Amino acid sequence: MNAMTLSLFGDILDKLNTALLVQDRYKLILTGLKNTLLMAVFATIIGTLIGVIVAVIKYFAQGNKKLTPLGWVCDLYTTVIRGTPVVVQLLIWSTVILTGIREALPIAIIGFGINSGAYVAEIIRAGIDSIDKGQTEAGRSLGLNRIQTMRLIVMPQAVKNILPALANEFIALLKETSVAGYIAMHDLTKAGEMIKNNTFDGTALFVVAIIYLVLVVGMTKLLGLLERRLKKGDLRS
Amino acid sequence: MISVHNLHKSFGDNKVLRGIDEQIAQGEKVVVIGPSGSGKSTFLRCLNLLEEPTSGEITFEGVNITDKKCDINKMRQKMGMVFQHFNLFPHLTVLRNITLAPVQLGLQSQKEADKNAMKLLERIGLSDKAEAYPPQLSGGQKQRIAIVRSLAMNPDVMLFDEPTSALDPEMVGEVLELMKELALEGMTMVVVTHEMGFAREVATRVLFMDEGQIVEQAPPQEFFSNPKNPRLRDFLSKVL
Repeated sequence: MNAMTLSLFGDILDKLNTALLVQDRYKLILTGLKNTLLMAVFATIIGTLIGVIVAVIKYFAQGNKKLTPLGWVCDLYTTVIRGTPVVVQLLIWSTVILTGIREALPIAIIGFGINSGAYVAEIIRAGIDSIDKGQTEAGRSLGLNRIQTMRLIVMPQAVKNILPALANEFIALLKETSVAGYIAMHDLTKAGEMIKNNTFDGTALFVVAIIYLVLVVGMTKLLGLLERRLKKGDLRS
Repeated sequence: MISVHNLHKSFGDNKVLRGIDEQIAQGEKVVVIGPSGSGKSTFLRCLNLLEEPTSGEITFEGVNITDKKCDINKMRQKMGMVFQHFNLFPHLTVLRNITLAPVQLGLQSQKEADKNAMKLLERIGLSDKAEAYPPQLSGGQKQRIAIVRSLAMNPDVMLFDEPTSALDPEMVGEVLELMKELALEGMTMVVVTHEMGFAREVATRVLFMDEGQIVEQAPPQEFFSNPKNPRLRDFLSKVL
């Protein structure tokens, strides 16, 4: 019994050794992790920027004839992006539109950022809609213009309400970057696959899965903490 | 000061205001009463263009505010408004609620605005709540703070949209008391309310609205003791 456990343990160590240490294969994983994080962070930034802008345009376009065409453009954007697979979008970016860019990383960041923006826009729009109309009316009745009212009164409250949904979107985005291998991106998933192909053994894929899991659980914990901080701020007694 | 000419407002097929002509002079305290759905709140909200009139003209201090070229934000600085549901900003402290507009609009520095706000809070006996957040306050406190938030802009007229309707009965008095004080100081006021006592005591003129029109108006004494319109008589018999 003991001998069997030992030999199983030894087996696992052996496989980990082949997957990670032989030929410094862990370096492939580290490069992949770095690229995955770069994609996730920068796509999140781009996605948030686009999301806020699109949501605000859509909101203002509701009551303003001059902005109506711009509202249509935003609707088209969210519909197309949310209605097509992200892999297809990435392939179109890399092989049709952004052919001038040689490196995969910037293309992936642009592709994922634009993809995420559509989802973030919908979340933020829901957040804006969740704020009582009276808040806007109070702001406007004091003489603040639409943009001041949005920036100082509606947005701060909306963001607080949608933080959990936004957090989920960013966690989903981190996992979604695993398809970047389609456009020859050396990300975390691709690293696991490369090692598997070299060693004819799937252990590296388990390592990759564990790294994703740690990242996701870590982010979830962090955002939970932030949320609790904000909730506490609500009661402030 | 405010002049309304042939004001109409429809929401889709629903004609809420059907031709209102009204003049409100400086220093008047006009109380608007009427059954629910009579258009009294809509009328009030048209005065600062929170509702855009379907047709008609409103001038305020000689400026046609229904004109597309009019900078309504500028005009609203001179027209305070108090809402039924207070509409304090829950994410800001009481002090910041009061100073937000004057500071953001460049009318006062933060320091001046703070000083001014503290004076206003002292006046209503709530200076100890300056750093509190609205969710921690009672309804009566919220509404009094909403009133001084409007006052911080030094408005020429104050519009009240059923300011006591959402309050617990024991808090109505403190809000009406503050409104009476404002009236005594000479503030021009337009008040939509169901508080007949307030109308009787404070109003210089009472308007009765029904089905989108002002069907009767008179000084309170005459209005309540000698109503002429049968609908007003019917209304008063129900509420008094």
